[in-house]
Amino acid sequence: MKTSTFWLLDALVIVVVFALSRLVTNDYFFFATYLVLQYIVLAEAWNILGGYTGYINFGTAGFFAIGAYTAVVLHKLIGPPIPVSILVGGTISGLLGLGMGYLTLRLRGVFFAISTLAMAVVLQTLVTNWDFVGGSRGVYIIRPSQAPFIGNYIQYLFLVMLVLAGFSIAVARTIEHSTLGFGLATIRDDEMSAEASGVPTLRLKLISTTLSGALMGMAGAPLPYYVTYLDPDSGFNLAFAVNSIAMPLIGGTQNWIGPMIGAIFLGTIQQVATVTISSALNLLIVGVLMVGFVVVAPNGIIGLFHRRAPRRQG
Amino acid sequence: MWDLLLNAIASGLLLGGFYAAVTVGIAISFGMLDIGNLAHPAFIILGSFTAYILNSKFGIDPIVAGIIVLPGFLVLGGLIYETYYWSFERRGEEGLRGLAFFFGLLFITEVALILIFGVDYRFVEAAYIGPSIHLGLVDLPLRMLVPCLVSLTMVAILQLFLSRTFIGRAILAVSQDSLALRLMAVNPTRVKLVAFSVSIATAALAGSCLIIIQPVEPSIGRDYIGRVFAVCVLGGMGSFPGMLMAAMLLGVVENITSTFFGPSWSPAVAFGFLLLTLGFRPTGIMGR
Repeated sequence: MKTSTFWLLDALVIVVVFALSRLVTNDYFFFATYLVLQYIVLAEAWNILGGYTGYINFGTAGFFAIGAYTAVVLHKLIGPPIPVSILVGGTISGLLGLGMGYLTLRLRGVFFAISTLAMAVVLQTLVTNWDFVGGSRGVYIIRPSQAPFIGNYIQYLFLVMLVLAGFSIAVARTIEHSTLGFGLATIRDDEMSAEASGVPTLRLKLISTTLSGALMGMAGAPLPYYVTYLDPDSGFNLAFAVNSIAMPLIGGTQNWIGPMIGAIFLGTIQQVATVTISSALNLLIVGVLMVGFVVVAPNGIIGLFHRRAPRRQG
Repeated sequence: MWDLLLNAIASGLLLGGFYAAVTVGIAISFGMLDIGNLAHPAFIILGSFTAYILNSKFGIDPIVAGIIVLPGFLVLGGLIYETYYWSFERRGEEGLRGLAFFFGLLFITEVALILIFGVDYRFVEAAYIGPSIHLGLVDLPLRMLVPCLVSLTMVAILQLFLSRTFIGRAILAVSQDSLALRLMAVNPTRVKLVAFSVSIATAALAGSCLIIIQPVEPSIGRDYIGRVFAVCVLGGMGSFPGMLMAAMLLGVVENITSTFFGPSWSPAVAFGFLLLTLGFRPTGIMGR
């Protein structure tokens, strides 16, 4: 399928899903689906760097929260519509991602992973000590109860996140089928030989970290309007990091379908568990499934259907 | 002002001594075996909770409790290494999936503890929690001094174990060149199994020390991820003298930061240290 066809089809799916959602009258449906869609964006974003390029990012929560806090700052200063906040939040997180890309110059493997975690904690400390955005006390965002043309505001947020999820899927698919995607794959498989064969590794890695960071920030920007109260502990929650890693790994990291399936599967399970059992159990489910999948089914749900080439013996 | 600074440095050194106990496991597993055991802090919290149970149920001293559960932690370490080896190392997939495995273990341990014990802060009772020794301007609380001494003793014993015993030297050898070890007819996997078990066993004692120093709840383990890796990298990956210096340095800087700028800044210290070290001097202060 050509990339332009895929974008059209993707847009069509968004329209159909939104049209179908108009039939739902229960507001809780929108609250729950919003979270699942948000995880689709985070999982696809993580996978651009983690799955395609092979660099593990533990700092998802940092990028996500920077997007959310950018929206808070904008809301306090001028109060723009959400799409504007998403663009600005995405830009700032993208710049942060660019900065993270330069880390890859020196750091690989575990060192890179831990320094992304470090970056998230340093950012959290900065935000905690920044009084303008509420510091450690957190900040309240008063959202309108109705949105024009859409009706209930939560349905508007749902539409925003639906579009973002569709966008992130299309971006991931586009990268996968472009020269960029092949370049990233060479970095994942063997960075030294890629460099030696003339692949501009640094430039590709920078594009990858920037895109990944920007998408995470875009996912975070509507968050203050969704939760209406944001504090550093919930914005920078490590649960975002562990989920955005677990979902692609459980779904499968080789293509755009894996993170989406992982996000829908894990996101839905967590919503059901929150309602029926307890929210503390969520992370346990994520942890157990992640460990189970990486041990038993290294190629995720997708890998259960495709038999790949035999494994390399170490 | 001066007595504040002096006290901050003194208790920072004691805190640093304790950080050495927390890091020594990572120095072995990550520094020597190249296993990015992110879950180590969670096992330390597990150690704190076993000490808490033995202390509150049977009135056993927390340090003694830490020694009692050592064999259990050795076995746990062995099981984890076996799983890790069979699932990842054998296939040469330890990079991405191995890290995710340990990240998952971190969360499983943490949430399991939350489900069992709740999120309340737990603490232990012992005679040395409370009083302090006064040396002129400086107060040395026994609550800090005892863990520091326990920790230094543990590091010294491990150093002797590594440099004097056959298996200890084999561990050092596997960290340098496991192929050469194989040529000497030693099985590197067996050696790594022992080393990794020892590294998890240190978490039992480090956990006992932790719960003496401060009340513990399951999720504070995350605060230690940054500290242990900062100390390990800054100390030069697997060098014990370097690790001790790095731990003391981190303890002092953290304490001074929280004394003069407020405790809300101190989490950034360890991670800031780590970022600066990785960026400018990746071999650490005593790089090998």
